Amino acid sequence: MKKNEVAMSAHTVNISETERWLSSIAGAAMILSGLKQRSVGGALRAASGAALLTRGASGYCPAYASVGRSYSRIYDTREALGGRCGVHVDESITINRPAADVWAIWRDFESLPNYIPSLKSVTRTDATRFHWEAIGPGRRSIAWDAEILNEIPNELIAWRTIGEPDVVSAGSVRFVQSKGRGDTQVHVRLQYEPAGGKSTAAIAWLFGKEPGQLIRAGLRRFKAIIETGEAPTTAGQAHGKRSLLHYAQRSHA
Amino acid sequence: MRALVWHGKNDVRVEQMPDPKILNPRDVILRVTTTAICGSDLHLVNGVIPSMQAGDILGHEFMGEVVEVGKENQKLKVGDRVVVPFTIACGGCFFCEKALWSLCDNSNPNAWMAEKLWGYSTSGLFGYSHLTGGYAGGQAEYVRVPYSDVGPLKIPASVTDEQVLFLSDILPTGYQAAENCDIQPGDTVAVWGCGPVGQMAIRSAFLLGAGRVIAIDNVCERLEMARDRNGAETIDFSHQDVFDRLKTITGGRGPDSCIDAVGLESHGGSFDAYVDKAKMALYLATDRPSVLRQAIHACRKGGVVSVPGVYGGFLDKVPFGAAFQKGLTFKMGQTHMMRYMQPLLERIERGELDPSFVITHRFPLARAAEAYDLFGRKQDGCIKVVMKPHDLVH
Ligand SMILES: NC(=O)c1ccc[n+]([C@@H]2O[C@H](COP(=O)([O-])OP(=O)(O)OC[C@H]3O[C@@H](n4cnc5c(N)ncnc54)[C@H](O)[C@@H]3O)[C@@H](O)[C@H]2O)c1
Ligand SMILES: [Zn+2]
Ligand SMILES: [Zn+2]
Repeated sequence: MKKNEVAMSAHTVNISETERWLSSIAGAAMILSGLKQRSVGGALRAASGAALLTRGASGYCPAYASVGRSYSRIYDTREALGGRCGVHVDESITINRPAADVWAIWRDFESLPNYIPSLKSVTRTDATRFHWEAIGPGRRSIAWDAEILNEIPNELIAWRTIGEPDVVSAGSVRFVQSKGRGDTQVHVRLQYEPAGGKSTAAIAWLFGKEPGQLIRAGLRRFKAIIETGEAPTTAGQAHGKRSLLHYAQRSHA
Repeated sequence: MRALVWHGKNDVRVEQMPDPKILNPRDVILRVTTTAICGSDLHLVNGVIPSMQAGDILGHEFMGEVVEVGKENQKLKVGDRVVVPFTIACGGCFFCEKALWSLCDNSNPNAWMAEKLWGYSTSGLFGYSHLTGGYAGGQAEYVRVPYSDVGPLKIPASVTDEQVLFLSDILPTGYQAAENCDIQPGDTVAVWGCGPVGQMAIRSAFLLGAGRVIAIDNVCERLEMARDRNGAETIDFSHQDVFDRLKTITGGRGPDSCIDAVGLESHGGSFDAYVDKAKMALYLATDRPSVLRQAIHACRKGGVVSVPGVYGGFLDKVPFGAAFQKGLTFKMGQTHMMRYMQPLLERIERGELDPSFVITHRFPLARAAEAYDLFGRKQDGCIKVVMKPHDLVH
């Protein structure tokens, strides 16, 4: 974990530098955001994940309302959480392995912390239930219990949180083997909703200012480990004298 | 160890620091025996590539001897002599399987940054900004080589360092640039830029069957090398109009293919080049594409524009209309190194090719800052500098 922390804080420095560079080039940043063709709503969401979280926290969300009615194919977390509220993450990546292999690795939840740096542990509590612990702000743990709602071998895993967690969430991972090729598209859908206001900050921290950033990073790492046996890193490599600014930004992150 | 460190625009220094360590199971540590400065390094020193950090070690053309091997590396052992390609590739992703090595999906730990700028991330590179991974480079006494069971090429004792060093970058780069031209026997190829990459492209174009190569630059000794050593015809863009000249000497048809071996920092007498320079200084543009514009304009109908020269951002006033109307084909990108290293090594071993002809200067690493200055300002006839990291200061 220590390693990843270093890597993540180095990233913070880079984000700000690249953004500064981009925004210093007149029009470049605007063109880039135009190229993404986000809806106005989407752009606003991307610009202010935190604002959305606040809105999500205050608005009524009949979470879980529809869970149990459709156990057959829950691809859409909106169904699981019973409405279009909270924050939605929809990310995908293609992994150069057959779906059966990728599914089997993912299904072994207890090994997921090897792939996703911010997860501390996942422990099975019964056949379909797991206790999850992640590392939150100030190295505080956040924990929740989740159950598997649906599972179709080599195709789908869906889950939702149970009990009274800090974070109400539901998600699904879909595995789609490419036609005529040995690789697999992994689609992660996740919706989360801070239950009270108290953990809003924790969520904002956990997911960064752009919802999905952390999921995307986790997926990328998952893919790298499956495809190459290791995750690429430069943390701990040789370097010359860093500037004071570098260290300031690091300790801030 | 000592290494050449970037501190800002026109500020590189040789510093002392702890030796590199194995960080991942497939890494090796190399004792660098010979390294070079590339035209790409000049873009970093000129401050036109974003996401550099003070303290970054530069250098992506290097070779040496393996001194430490990660526990999952089945290919290399201590004592092996290898040339390392500047693109880092994992060997296991979709792109590596297709031999699109410089587009590897996994080797850039800062993939998210590159995705922001380019939509998708390309491979990690040594010593080439944090956008492409922030990997420490090889202008150093020692260097860590990740995924080293994929890229590095073992070198037999029968060839010298200087004969094979350029397998790390400029030889495959010049070769790919020419290969991308899809040269038919007797074709005319125009090459902008007679730096090391341009020289390798000229050589390669002839190897691949070109009838004529026309080389364009304004640096006397570089034009001379293109003409006298490599058999090209030359155009000095300071004294001649490049388009008119190309059109005339190709009988009004234009070159069959055009290679831009200059990239984002082209300079020169044309009006657009001055406008680009001003815009870049005012942060109104990221790249100065005046050579690319010329290449598109001058290329014959249905021809190929091949771009080994590096671009990074947003290009202004590219004559896309001419490209479309003439039905041009564009080929470009960082070199897919591992496609070319082994076959080119064999050509070197057979004596068909000796890329060391570009070397004009040799320095100990301790004097690297001086070498950068010389190469950057093209002083003292400097075309290519190689450095010996373990040589004593003199
Ligand atoms: N694609 C790749 O994988 C790859 C690999 C290595 C280098 N490169 C790039 O290739 C380019 C050349 O590298 P190099 O080492 O030869 O660099 P270099 O700086 O030594 O050479 C560039 C040459 O271009 C000439 N030039 C500048 N403006 C010109 C103009 N308007 N018309 C004609 N010539 C002009 C310069 O006088 C110089 O001789 C750089 O952009 C470098 O980053 C790309
Ligand atoms: Zn280079
Ligand atoms: Zn790869």
